[in-house]
Amino acid sequence: MLEAVDLSCERGGRTLFSGLSFTLAPGQALLVTGPNGAGKTSLLRILCGLSPPFTGEVRWRGQGLAAAADRLRGALFYLGHHNGIKDELTALENLHINATLAGDALSEEAARAALAGMGLVGREDLPAKTLSQGQRRRVALARLLVSHAPLWVLDEPLTALDSRAAALIESRLVAHLAEGGLVVLTTHQPIDLPEIALRRLTLGEA
Amino acid sequence: MRIFFTLVRRDLLVAYRRRMDVLVSLIFFVIVVSLFPLGVGPERETLRLIAPGVVWVAALLSAMLALPRLFAADHQDGTLEQMLLAPFPLSAIVLAKVLAHWLVSGLPLAFMAPVLGLQFDLPTSALLVLLASLLLGTPALSLIGAIGAALTLGLRGGGVLLSLLVLPLYIPVLIFGAGAVETTMMGMTPEGHLSLLGAFLILAVLATPFVAAAALRIALE
Amino acid sequence: MKINWFKSASPATFYPLAGRMIPWFSTAAALLCAVGLYVSFFLAPTDATQGEAYRIIFIHVPAAWMSMFIYLVMAFWAGIGLAFNTRLSSMMAQALAPTGAMFTFVALWTGALWGKPTWGTWWVWDARLTSELILLFLYLGYLALTAAIDDTRRADKAGAILALVGAVNVPIIYFSVQWWNTLHQGASVSLTRAPSMARIMLIGMLLMGLAAWMYSIAAALSRVRLIILEREKNTAWVREVLEREA
Repeated sequence: MLEAVDLSCERGGRTLFSGLSFTLAPGQALLVTGPNGAGKTSLLRILCGLSPPFTGEVRWRGQGLAAAADRLRGALFYLGHHNGIKDELTALENLHINATLAGDALSEEAARAALAGMGLVGREDLPAKTLSQGQRRRVALARLLVSHAPLWVLDEPLTALDSRAAALIESRLVAHLAEGGLVVLTTHQPIDLPEIALRRLTLGEA
Repeated sequence: MRIFFTLVRRDLLVAYRRRMDVLVSLIFFVIVVSLFPLGVGPERETLRLIAPGVVWVAALLSAMLALPRLFAADHQDGTLEQMLLAPFPLSAIVLAKVLAHWLVSGLPLAFMAPVLGLQFDLPTSALLVLLASLLLGTPALSLIGAIGAALTLGLRGGGVLLSLLVLPLYIPVLIFGAGAVETTMMGMTPEGHLSLLGAFLILAVLATPFVAAAALRIALE
Repeated sequence: MKINWFKSASPATFYPLAGRMIPWFSTAAALLCAVGLYVSFFLAPTDATQGEAYRIIFIHVPAAWMSMFIYLVMAFWAGIGLAFNTRLSSMMAQALAPTGAMFTFVALWTGALWGKPTWGTWWVWDARLTSELILLFLYLGYLALTAAIDDTRRADKAGAILALVGAVNVPIIYFSVQWWNTLHQGASVSLTRAPSMARIMLIGMLLMGLAAWMYSIAAALSRVRLIILEREKNTAWVREVLEREA
């Protein structure tokens, strides 16, 4: 359902990658690896429709992004390098607002449960700026736990997580894939996903 | 609709928890207006003559100072990116943010102005028209400024560059805003000026959100 | 000659094409300028009220025309580049901006030089000069914005939005300044009140205007060639060109 057709990307006059094509079907996860600066983040942003590719096209459910960007946005959950949460708001407020923006309904219990799952019990009602960097990242990941979007595009979701939180995210990913969702993610660390669902893409090879 | 108001409330909440930032532009407004008598001399006639222009220019500058706040913080923490990916028209998001921004920076400015006008010995009729002109003008300034803020997002030298881009576009609002007060002081009706300001505002509300949205997408490419 | 637009729209094809066109335009500019100056300074009669000093309008008016015209052309090309994602159009817009700004500057200076002997003041806040000043700010804003953005694609697109917004605002600004001007003074001093035009004067201004136009095209083409070289420096054909010219 997610297709990349002959994508190429240029940054600062350099071609990061070219001729990149793949098809990702429901239940599949695309694992993008490669050294820093190889264009992993750029690729993810192109897949989300944030940046236009230099050449080529991205298609969601058969329609090119140029025409059907709205459809993709309604189905997308993106977690980039930034957390996408406001420091002045509490973890709970952040979750609720992000859910509203995504068009999801989010109950108070579900929000608290997600935060508890990420190990943030007792910190839900504090402004995010009082949390550590790692805790803020976990608030951002809590958004993942309550997302209903079919396509997840995640840029290094497991970085700086302890093993328990990492395991929780992994199990959520597996469940998402089992439900027919799609995942595109980059990571520097080993990740435990069913081999049958996993597709690999390595950037930055000469 | 619900998303629109959630966004407005969110921005108001964030601004409330960063109260000092908001107050700073208001204080700037007061200081700049007070500088003019110090520069020009306390002669009452002169002050009364320059008052509409002075208050309006100071309002313009304060509005401009507050503009980077519109998108910069959201850009830095990634929430702006999330807004670009929301299944909701970006132009509506921009409108919501500008509304919240105006409520905390433009609106207080407009109400502060008549108080400052007293320092310049303006008659009551002029003070009322000053308020009205700013109530109509400051939202237009915020809307037009949003385009500049979006274009200069994340650039070095942002604030000054923003002023260069936005001030020429502010000139029509300035002319009719200050002009409304001046006409009142000359004993004529400010209706023409105020209706033109109203027309600018309507035009701005209809057109600028789309342009600012396009500029935001370009800035985040 | 059938012009293949899409082929000539590629920087690689346009580069040599522009190179061949430039000498034609510069020659035309020089010739028109020579004739125009002759007409302006020798053939046009001395003005009854303003004496010889009025002759500065033969530079002032064409410069003002070009400053406005170039802004619109620049906004047009920038808009095309934004809408169709064509690289050459955006490069053309960037090439035009400095020339346009220059003409605006010239118009302002010659306006001041006209005002001094004629009305005893270096600057007059009449509607036209003030609008010209604001136009200069619009040009400077475009140049500053495009210079501040490192990524050329973002610079082109952001510049295009700014240029288009500016172009839409120019009539609004002009109208407002007109209103402001009539509100505030009896308009006794006005640069719009040029001496009544003898036909020969009009011809002089038109010749200078055409000269300015030819010059602008030549200047823009030269500048766009430089921009092409800079932006396409990683391609093979540019490396060949640079080697040849070394």
